[in-house]
Amino acid sequence: MSVVVQASGLSKKFGQTAALEDISFSVNESEIFGFIGPDGAGKTTLFRIITTLLLPDSGEIKVLGLDGTRNFKELRMEIGYMPGRFSLYQDLSVEENLEFYATVFGTTIEENYYLIKDIYSHIEPFKKRLAGKLSGGMKQKLALSCALIHKPKLLVLDEPTTGVDAVSRSEFWDMLSRLREYNITVIVSTPYMDEAMRCDRIALIQNGKLLAVDTPTVVKNEFRRKLFSIRSAEKHKLIIALRSLDETISSFPFGESVHVTFKNDRLPDNLDLSLRERGISDASITETESGIEDRFLELIQTTEHQTA
Amino acid sequence: MKEKVIEVENLVKRFGHFTANDRLSFDVYEGEIFGFLGANGAGKTTAIRILSGLSSPTSGKVKVAGFDAGTQAEMIKRNIGYMCQKFSLYEDLTVRENIALYGGIYGLSRSEITERTAQLLDRLRFREYENKLISDLPLGLKQKLSFAVAVLHEPRIVFLDEPTGGVDPITRRQFWEMIYETAERGITIFVTTHYMDEAEYCDRISIMNDGRIVALDTPSNLKKQYNVSSVEEVFIKIARPGVG
Repeated sequence: MSVVVQASGLSKKFGQTAALEDISFSVNESEIFGFIGPDGAGKTTLFRIITTLLLPDSGEIKVLGLDGTRNFKELRMEIGYMPGRFSLYQDLSVEENLEFYATVFGTTIEENYYLIKDIYSHIEPFKKRLAGKLSGGMKQKLALSCALIHKPKLLVLDEPTTGVDAVSRSEFWDMLSRLREYNITVIVSTPYMDEAMRCDRIALIQNGKLLAVDTPTVVKNEFRRKLFSIRSAEKHKLIIALRSLDETISSFPFGESVHVTFKNDRLPDNLDLSLRERGISDASITETESGIEDRFLELIQTTEHQTA
Repeated sequence: MKEKVIEVENLVKRFGHFTANDRLSFDVYEGEIFGFLGANGAGKTTAIRILSGLSSPTSGKVKVAGFDAGTQAEMIKRNIGYMCQKFSLYEDLTVRENIALYGGIYGLSRSEITERTAQLLDRLRFREYENKLISDLPLGLKQKLSFAVAVLHEPRIVFLDEPTGGVDPITRRQFWEMIYETAERGITIFVTTHYMDEAEYCDRISIMNDGRIVALDTPSNLKKQYNVSSVEEVFIKIARPGVG
């Protein structure tokens, strides 16, 4: 398995703000590698460095064995980049946009049509429509088609699913998985934890630092505490009640339930009674499996949120 | 039984031959956190525009905060709050100036603005930021402030569009806790989102498809009904029947 991206010690500052601090990771061929983190974590800055659009202040990056600073011209031919903001020509039609990108990279739509067929077929019936008049999901499909039309070896997608509905998102991820067949490596970012499981490996990123890099399963299992899921019709009261107990380490709302960890990894004695005394009489308590988000919470809690 | 703050009966909205909302019927209660879901183009935006007094129904009964959406749209606007993920606050005004501006727009008196500004700054522990420009605040704080400003005039209902998109998991939970507190005070929270894990936090959710409401229940009942473990799977089953 060959390494497609090798980054070591990347740092980047904008004025006083450190956007990236000492970032190291490697991405293997045909892998879907996801950067998971909130807005402002540094994902876009990192992607601009990977795609040779920005230089790091320090550190090294090699993409497809080439140095991004010296060999940027060769590299750009091999990379497909879909920026977070829709950046196609709004006043060109669907087809004209695609043709434009194909031409810039010295190819034709016909030559690589098999690569984009899956996605492009959804928007092909509207190929005469101006790109600016497309819906969110269709724009996303067009942008991806344009990023793929020159058959890049590396595809870099910055938050491709933001603002897209769940059905289209799910189709999008299915489609990314199929790119493995063509040995295309995918680097993708998302602020949404539930998309992490669709990646082969992930990096959790927050405030310019990588908190963890591994397969989603390993990252999730690094949450070592016993996790309990507690439910009540009065969720907010329940959270406050749990936080007032000495035995509680953490207690966070998690969808319909509250995820809680306790000292010594066991339920406090008389928990039911303690909750009743605090006005919660309908608590149902089960042990539950941790997810990526539980681990992310744990990691950021031990880093910077301690003071908050 | 809690009071209904939104009552919709057979709401139809047509644009020419296109039916964007096809006989919608649902109620939302005081202090409820209601998730309004649907794929792109399902008709959510049309319905929300009607519920917030920006558009009137072609037919059907729509009452929001006790006012009729067809004839009393202006009264509806006074009794609702709105927050979308972006563009809610003026970046080049300070925290304090933004609060005063929104207070003024919502028709609060000078003394009410002063009083509520102080309450808000204390409750959010925002004193150290009061004279900072919005553009200098981190995203998490901006979102909390946007929400606080959207309920500054104590509306009956606040509409939230993807309220916690893009924030880190801790900020996100702090935000939901703010929403719970607000709902406890009796303000109804009407959430639209594309993110089904966000929908899991709501008391009840409705899912729209092709202009109709095709499911409406608590997240756990829907998961039971469709025999799946997440709202996301419910959504995909409904919006793409026959697949999976």
